[in-house]
Amino acid sequence: MTVFGTGAATGSYDELENTDVILVWGSNTQECHPIIFNHMRRGIKNGAKMVVIDPRRIDQTKLAYKYLPVRVGTDIALANAMGHVIIEENLVHQEFIQNATEQFELYKKAVQSYTPEYAEKITGIPAEDIREIARLYATAYKATICWTLGITEHHNGTENVFSLINLALLTGHIGKYGSGLNPLRGQNNVQGGGDMGALPNRLVGGWNVDDPEGRKLHEQVWGVSVPEKIGKHQTLMLDAMEQKEIKALYVIGENPVQSDADGNHVQRLFESLEFLVVQDILMTKTAMLADVVLPATGWAENDGTLVNSERRIQRVRPAIKGPGISRHDHEIIQDIANKMGANWKYQSAEDIWEEIRLLAPNFAGVTYKRIDEEGGLQWPCPDESHKGTPFLHGRLWSKDVGMKAKFVPTDYQPPAEVPDQEYPLMLTTGRRLQFYNTGVQTSNYKKVKNAEEGLEIHPDDAAQHGLNDGDPVRVSSRRGSVVTKIRISNKQPRGLVFMTFHFPDQVSTNVLTNHATDPLAGTAEFKACAVKIGKHEEEYPLTEAQ
Amino acid sequence: MENQVETICSFCGTGCGLVVEVENDKVSKVKGHKENPSSHGETCVKGALGWEYINSDRRLTEPLIRKNGKLTPASWDEALTLIAEKFSTLKDKHGPDAFGCFSSSRSTNELNFLAGKFMRTVIGTNNIDSCNRT
Repeated sequence: MTVFGTGAATGSYDELENTDVILVWGSNTQECHPIIFNHMRRGIKNGAKMVVIDPRRIDQTKLAYKYLPVRVGTDIALANAMGHVIIEENLVHQEFIQNATEQFELYKKAVQSYTPEYAEKITGIPAEDIREIARLYATAYKATICWTLGITEHHNGTENVFSLINLALLTGHIGKYGSGLNPLRGQNNVQGGGDMGALPNRLVGGWNVDDPEGRKLHEQVWGVSVPEKIGKHQTLMLDAMEQKEIKALYVIGENPVQSDADGNHVQRLFESLEFLVVQDILMTKTAMLADVVLPATGWAENDGTLVNSERRIQRVRPAIKGPGISRHDHEIIQDIANKMGANWKYQSAEDIWEEIRLLAPNFAGVTYKRIDEEGGLQWPCPDESHKGTPFLHGRLWSKDVGMKAKFVPTDYQPPAEVPDQEYPLMLTTGRRLQFYNTGVQTSNYKKVKNAEEGLEIHPDDAAQHGLNDGDPVRVSSRRGSVVTKIRISNKQPRGLVFMTFHFPDQVSTNVLTNHATDPLAGTAEFKACAVKIGKHEEEYPLTEAQ
Repeated sequence: MENQVETICSFCGTGCGLVVEVENDKVSKVKGHKENPSSHGETCVKGALGWEYINSDRRLTEPLIRKNGKLTPASWDEALTLIAEKFSTLKDKHGPDAFGCFSSSRSTNELNFLAGKFMRTVIGTNNIDSCNRT
């Protein structure tokens, strides 16, 4: 499923300050990753041209060299058309393609039909703009692509990512300082969660669960064999709960009842479990359904490490004690294991890290002491004299390339649900600057205005429905219905409305969203579903929460 | 504990370095950590001000067990023993693949590693995922 064998950003934030072209694709970086955006801002000051590709005219478009208002879910058509232009005008990096890649001919064939004129019809972006940006990217000395969930939260999210990787392979914008492919991670340890093997198909350090070498190493260190059958990712686990195959669930620090698509359905599945354990820091909607709730320590209380979006392993340190008799996550899990017959003897987070080093070659050179003395280190860091790795895949430029990178041809497919007569508007979801995910942590902090949900809508769409700014509005999809307020916004194109999922106790946005999932990655299509809107008669009951 | 502790932000994946100031066992102020190589001392509104949730009255302070339909306070030993017994019974009855774990993209590497080890070696299934798809 991966082209390079790793799932991580290839570059470092500092490279954004030392590059020539930055394609920001499906990422509201300024609001969602403000400090990474500061790196981009400095890059622009240093002469980089930033191209923003997003359905919404978000604020960062003001700093853009060019803004491409792509229609929701049509990114592959755009990327393929850029590839078409780059090949047609012979702007490809011939030598790189020859030495470091495979399947170029397949890709070439796949993008043949994607003329900019054809893509214009799908994406809404003028053919000439597609040509211009294709040339800009291909002819830049250094160029980088950054993306977030605007690319991945679709039923074909994995293919969306491939379509971007193909552009980097075509032009050689990978494996060099200032050129790369950077998924910006939405949560503080998305990268680390995967790196640590909290995945159904991977063990710590990226070993596939069926890789004999990795299995042998784990069996040596753990003294027990690892199950060989690949497990289920979250979406498949939800399906298995529906089939009554999964009967017990252990949820740690997550609020899936409010964060997952088609929330009503998810809640019913959780209610039907035989046994649900939730370990968290706050009482969430998911915890309220549990048979046992375990209080964990949180930020400023925890000890351990995280991995950020540039693969940097950093220390979190306890500044205060957790409330009541809450305990560290890793202590709780050790106690459960030992009560079930295991014999774990970790005295500290550092003891656990030392075991991780034995199993994950990329982390072997990182110690708590080194992080304390040198600051966070970027993996791979194979031994204690290694300084860490600012960018990946440099080997693609060496004589001894090793495993070549494959082009993976992709084809445009519309979102799983598109507007029709009954549900005429497309809803897309995202975050706003001051808030975060299901609002478990941000819905009640002080000093911040606009702490409420709203449906952002183009002025003409609002007028067509007879709605004014601030009017209560009912938003319905085939799965559910919520009431919120109209927020007229010039960011929205016609036909596209926007909501966040920050305030689920007021407005449960994810009862609307579509459970249709990417068969390769299991990511639900949060970014596109069809809705209808109508005036809501009663006053919107939000005043007391403001 | 120290008055000033260096740590990392709990929100997005940027991983900004923060310095946490503590007064009377409470966090009193949070500012950017200048020496952090990823963020160079910068922090956004969430990092600087968004941490007040740690003092929320919705924080869980003790284990809770469902008794007669209601979540009721319990000791650690009672809660963990119940989980161990129930997990063991369900494992004997339905096998390891009747279990699943949603691990946290918000918690540490050490937790995520142990969650994987727990599911794979104690329960005996690869049914584990972190919330990196949502």
